Amino acid sequence: MDYTAVIGLEVHAQLRTKSKLFCGCSTEFGGSPNRNTCPVCLGMPGVLPVLNRRVVEYTVMMGLATHCRIAEESVFARKNYFYPDLPKGYQISQYEKPVCEDGWIEVPVRGGVKRIGITRIHMEEDAGKLVHESGFDMSRASFVDFNRACVPLIEIVSEPDIRSPEEARSYMQTLRDIVVYLGICDGNMEEGSLRCDANISVMPKGADTFGTRTEIKNMNSFRFLHQALEYEIDRQIEVVEGGGRVVQETRLFDSDRGVTVSMRGKEEAHDYRYFPEPDLVPLRIDGDWISRARENIPELRSEKIHRYITDLDLPAYDAEVLTGDRAIADFFEAVVEAGAHPKAASNWVMGEFIRLVKDRGPEAGRISPVQVARIIALVDSQTISTSAAKEVFEEIFETGRDPERVIEEKGLTQVSDEGALREEVRKVLEDHPDEAAQFRAGKEKILGFLVGRVMKATKGKANPKMVNEILRDLLSK
Amino acid sequence: MDLYRLTIHDLHEELREGRVTSNQITESVFDRIAEVDGRVRAYLTLTKEAALEAAARSDERYRRGDFLGPLDGIPIALKDIFLTEGIRTTCASKVLENFIPPYDGTPVVRLKEAGAVITGKLNMDEFAMGSSNENSGFFPTHNPWNTQYVPGGSSGGSAASVAAGEAIGALGTDTGGSIRQPASHCGVVGMKPTYGRVSRYGIIAFASSLDQVGPLARTVTDCSILLRTIAGHDPADSTSAEVPVPDYPSLLDGKVEGMKVGLPEEYFSEGLDPEVERLVREAAHALERRGMKMVPVSLPSSRYAVATYYIIAPAEASSNLARYDGVRYGVRVPDAESLMEMYKRSRSRGFGAEVQRRIMLGTFALSAGYYDAYYGKAQKIRTLIRREMDEAFSKVDVLLAPTAPTAAFPIGEKMDDPLQMYMSDVYTIPVNIAGVAAISVPCGITPDGLPVGVQLISPPFGEEVLLNVAFAYEQERGTFPNCPL
Repeated sequence: MDYTAVIGLEVHAQLRTKSKLFCGCSTEFGGSPNRNTCPVCLGMPGVLPVLNRRVVEYTVMMGLATHCRIAEESVFARKNYFYPDLPKGYQISQYEKPVCEDGWIEVPVRGGVKRIGITRIHMEEDAGKLVHESGFDMSRASFVDFNRACVPLIEIVSEPDIRSPEEARSYMQTLRDIVVYLGICDGNMEEGSLRCDANISVMPKGADTFGTRTEIKNMNSFRFLHQALEYEIDRQIEVVEGGGRVVQETRLFDSDRGVTVSMRGKEEAHDYRYFPEPDLVPLRIDGDWISRARENIPELRSEKIHRYITDLDLPAYDAEVLTGDRAIADFFEAVVEAGAHPKAASNWVMGEFIRLVKDRGPEAGRISPVQVARIIALVDSQTISTSAAKEVFEEIFETGRDPERVIEEKGLTQVSDEGALREEVRKVLEDHPDEAAQFRAGKEKILGFLVGRVMKATKGKANPKMVNEILRDLLSK
Repeated sequence: MDLYRLTIHDLHEELREGRVTSNQITESVFDRIAEVDGRVRAYLTLTKEAALEAAARSDERYRRGDFLGPLDGIPIALKDIFLTEGIRTTCASKVLENFIPPYDGTPVVRLKEAGAVITGKLNMDEFAMGSSNENSGFFPTHNPWNTQYVPGGSSGGSAASVAAGEAIGALGTDTGGSIRQPASHCGVVGMKPTYGRVSRYGIIAFASSLDQVGPLARTVTDCSILLRTIAGHDPADSTSAEVPVPDYPSLLDGKVEGMKVGLPEEYFSEGLDPEVERLVREAAHALERRGMKMVPVSLPSSRYAVATYYIIAPAEASSNLARYDGVRYGVRVPDAESLMEMYKRSRSRGFGAEVQRRIMLGTFALSAGYYDAYYGKAQKIRTLIRREMDEAFSKVDVLLAPTAPTAAFPIGEKMDDPLQMYMSDVYTIPVNIAGVAAISVPCGITPDGLPVGVQLISPPFGEEVLLNVAFAYEQERGTFPNCPL
């Protein structure tokens, strides 16, 4: 029998605000443990949360970008459970009245795009991190680092509209593009800034009631998401085919073995005892606030790709590559803005620029979009050769110096003086009479060798096109 | 005249005139503590050294003529629910027995900025859960009017210290009557301001939607001075109101003629001690003599207030007290075999019986499948009680009622009957549920020699009117006697 998988994703995105959700502590990572903490995020007695309004702005931006309805009034709620990384014994989240509801996004799937519903987006605080130490005499000690406690998260819950691991991956990729383009999350799955849980069930193809679902946790890369779902679908089908029943439970993905394993059953599920957070007043979001958030939404990746293809006449491949990183796309657009032809700009950005950024790191780049446009113009006007231009590009990438000056200093100006070039060609032909004879005898290929000799003699400054023409002219005499 | 017997108002006059020093007042109060606290047991922690230093700084200011206001140099004590930087804060719980806070709560900051001299931390019912101070995790406080009797609770230490002259004024918190009921039992003035009037930042939370900080003092004027100092918006407390704070002390003129007082019939019914009723009705007559009109009103939903309270307050408490898990501070058993065992044993050891009872009640009320029947329904009744109050206040300026159904009871009498104990707060709880303001003013002494308080209730942010009516009553009543201790 054929089966259909039914998948819904719960995605947590860590927001890139400077300070935490309910206190003024820095959200920066990498510091020594418990450095970015205060009585509030440590859950000391007597503390109260104060909402970071920037988090609300970011969440509303996300809601608008995913076509959600923004609630005029939304309410924070306490999710109660005990764990050492949870300082207050509850997490401040949202339950009955989230900020955003009823949205959708379009994701690329085989043969077109598919609309996936967004059930809700809500704000919540992150927990701390447990560090288990073994060795020395502390073989059984655990430590808690609260630097991450109270860092703002949004949880984006999808409708069960996803039907395959490929679609799940594409949905996740699209969400990632959106949060990264909005500038609200760095989108790094490996480091946990973007996390994902899946609810998944299978049913016979054509059926209209969903099977029993399981929840899969711990898929911290696009590849693991795909792998885990693929495994879980096969596992559930096997259970059903074998006459068994899928058990409602939470399962953990084991990336070493590529399998999902049972973590806890329905009976052991937490009762979170949600209730409205009495320490915060209901959040009211008026029209002004929403329009300000709307103004902050930049052109998103899917929109950029569309525009690059239709307005800038770029190949789809170029559009994909250039928009893969918003900073690259912004740089490319600035090069075009500075007067470069889009395809030429695309070639230089996709080629030299991305290569150097990867090689030296984005911080090392000193070159400005205007300088890139200038280099392109100098190549166009045949002032420098393409190979000289690459040398110039690299130099300016590192130093940010003026292109003309670099060309002058390096003596890279292309020689297009007919008389001078004729003189150089004549010398080369005199030095290589055998090769000249071979060409005259019909061995066309030898021309490349002769061009190379001229280029070498001119230290690469000769206009190669002219060298070619002059060679043919002199050899035909 | 013993300095510790004087009011904030009078002591400030003396200080301004240079007739006494803050050092003398502070020494007088600590002498008094040394004399009587062995019998009253109001204090959990004394901070004499810091107090004398603060007094010296205050005296310096008076000498230079740049004192900070009417609280400058005045010895004030704090219920041990207020966080005090570097000074042990226990909430009268074993779970926090050795907890030294890293910061001062907002009301403490404001007192210090006003130059008040902090004398120490006062006993209370553990986590403010109780009406007799017998639930303190350390020892009960005794009523200075008769040390065989309870001082009331949960701010029992606050009321007893002010009554016994062990502090000139005190701060307490009131979640269901925890300032007013002990004030009534100890013969002092105690006020629960409107929810949101005073910041809750740095006050150990019991029930967040009901908790409110307030003053206890010997006179209405003193209460108004304390409230003026601690009230007002605090950016660290999102539920604190951005409502301007009037200069309460200067607005006390006792002119109440023509104003209306509502007498809610449900507050003068079965369960009210006849002697208490007589004294409270006498207080109403006193206000009539000042030209106020008595109007019968009805607040029928008040009868559900106690039940509503015992769902909402434990529910919030069950969550607020989850942080005492032994991980970061407080009691932790050292030899647990697993995480769950560490939680269970630490919390069982750290929390007293009443606190555990309420955590369980609250956990149950919030559980899946019970939420709507309990917490959900309680919230609906809360709305109803609020609406009824609003309606009553469209007809009258203030309400008048008993503070507690009886005078103080003997220590031990109600410890085995929690329901009986819960009924001590039957007249004070509706005020917290509705979020309005109320004050208890001493209105008489029973033949057994125990004081009784009358409760006045005002609409939200009506503290100005409330204090003025209380002031008028106090003028009409005359000076209230000191406790015999």
